[in-house]
Amino acid sequence: MADEPLLEVTDLSVEFPTDDGVVHAVDRVSYSLAEGETLGIVGESGSGKSVTSLAILGLLPKRAKVTGSVRFLGRELIGMKDNEMRLLRGRNIAMVFQDALTSLNPVIRVGDQIAEAITAHRVISKHDLSARVIKLLELVGIPNPAERANQYPHEYSGGMRQRALIAMMIANEPDVLIADEPTTALDVTIQAQVLEVLERIKQRTSSAIVLITHDLGVIAGVADRVLVMYAGRQVELGTADDIFYRPRHPYTEGLLASLPRLDRRSGSERLHRIKGQPPSLLALPPGCAFNPRCPHAKHKSCDGPRPELVAIGRRAHLSACLRVDEIYAEAQESS
Amino acid sequence: MIKFIARRVFFSIPVLVISSFIVFWGIRETFDPTAKYRTSKDATRLIAEKRKELGLDRPIVVQWWTWATRFVRGDWGVSASTNGKVTAMTSRALGFTVQLIFWGVLISLVVAIAVGVYSAVRQYSVADVALTGLSYLGVAMPPFWFALLAIQFLSVEPKLRWHLDRPIFYFVGLHSTGQSGFNMDYVRHLVLPVLTLTVQTVAVWSRFQRAAMLDVLSADYIRTARAKGLRRRQVIFKHALRNALLPLVSQTAVDAGALFGGLIITESIFSIPGMGRLFIAALLVGDVNVILAWMLVGAVFVILFNLLADVVYGILDPRIRVQ
Repeated sequence: MADEPLLEVTDLSVEFPTDDGVVHAVDRVSYSLAEGETLGIVGESGSGKSVTSLAILGLLPKRAKVTGSVRFLGRELIGMKDNEMRLLRGRNIAMVFQDALTSLNPVIRVGDQIAEAITAHRVISKHDLSARVIKLLELVGIPNPAERANQYPHEYSGGMRQRALIAMMIANEPDVLIADEPTTALDVTIQAQVLEVLERIKQRTSSAIVLITHDLGVIAGVADRVLVMYAGRQVELGTADDIFYRPRHPYTEGLLASLPRLDRRSGSERLHRIKGQPPSLLALPPGCAFNPRCPHAKHKSCDGPRPELVAIGRRAHLSACLRVDEIYAEAQESS
Repeated sequence: MIKFIARRVFFSIPVLVISSFIVFWGIRETFDPTAKYRTSKDATRLIAEKRKELGLDRPIVVQWWTWATRFVRGDWGVSASTNGKVTAMTSRALGFTVQLIFWGVLISLVVAIAVGVYSAVRQYSVADVALTGLSYLGVAMPPFWFALLAIQFLSVEPKLRWHLDRPIFYFVGLHSTGQSGFNMDYVRHLVLPVLTLTVQTVAVWSRFQRAAMLDVLSADYIRTARAKGLRRRQVIFKHALRNALLPLVSQTAVDAGALFGGLIITESIFSIPGMGRLFIAALLVGDVNVILAWMLVGAVFVILFNLLADVVYGILDPRIRVQ
């Protein structure tokens, strides 16, 4: 890992004023991303995963209030003029969106949509451009790329659309590729293919990848580090091993426990679930946002101040559980 | 594509047949062409004679069939009130209406798209709010009143104020006597009637375009286009506008087709002998041949414009291109 982070997010908050009050979609999120690193961001729907990324790219609607700092190679992105930001989008930081069908323009040929991503940032001859487009489609594993480039999105299958979208976003070999639930709408075999494409891209280019998902299974094989988010806040950050084998937050534990597992003797055993519903972002409980659903939250201290990420031990493993020392005291000693 | 068009045309034939019969029957039921003989000395005999001569004594279906077979062969009959040939009357009237609609629709489209796109891109800006207000005014203002105001303030007043020999814009016909073709005289005649037509259509169409554009601007693929780093101009005109034109295409087709029935009020105020005036004149005297010809020509244009809309749709949107 490089010394200087490629992307450094500090206290990023996003608020949406609504008729019912202010929605705190993202509440003081901080993380850094090193060159070539893959960061997984996990959380339920509405936990602020996508909004965080859209805020980084400056793609949120105007009414969104974004505060905090996002530094890309030392340059501050928050508050940057749109025509300046435009030059970074797609070239330095690119984002693959969740719903590939609606994310592709239905009336423009796929090849042209990819070509556009290239010509937006550099001058290139027509011949080189079409060769590059075909090469990109090939890279993401689309058969007959030359022919497929002339087709429209509706002529593509779901998995192909997602891969075409990825091709579009890696066209300029971005430094940071943010993939927002790239596999959610796809069936399992196609999911594997798309993840494979991401892995291949990572090897071919030196792109750092931010992989956003609610599926821990997807993260497990790909991510170096994992950030767990809940109700717009970060609750745990650590290496993939830390998160999967030594979770230090009850929410992360709950997420892991609710994964279906083949090695567990099931039969009558029902799938674990986290009790209750995620809180409304209009009215978060005081103190820890996970408090009402937490199996360990019997203590007064859980209602206390808003928990911050705190390092556990010497490792770069951070948890926002207020009682982390008590709950995990034994595990702490043995690890 | 040709097969598709042929099929559409073929399927529209029954519509024309049925609607022409209904209109034929309606007119025969409500107007009596022999009514003018009722006060004659020898009324009963004269009416019976005339009825036989006009074929009114035969069943309505037979009458209609006679008319229809002649119509298809190009014999549209003569007008009951002027004895002129209906083909000549209709084509003359159509010529005037086509000119009005051509310029009206062309200008309306350009202005409506421009206004709609601008309003959507600058949603809730002062200009957007002002344009919204204006369009409500345009919709709410009856065309006859607008036409009269336009005549007063754009033609009569300036002429009086600056002591002109002739008004800047004329408000009778499409040419001065002795003039023809496309020239300044023509333009000076066109401005006011086309303006009257345009104000109403732009008011509605620009709202349509604004709504469609707003819809498209919040689409995911617009976000993708921005995420690629495209310029704002490219995002709006290449990615958004093409998708946002679709609803207006069908709206235009329906409206333009219907306009061929005649801009009754506009044509009346500006003394343009187009389809609208032809229809009103024929309707008042139950001139069945003229009304039927008018109706069928109008229907053909509605069908034609819908066909055109389908073709344009296919060009704009590959998803609905015909195999």
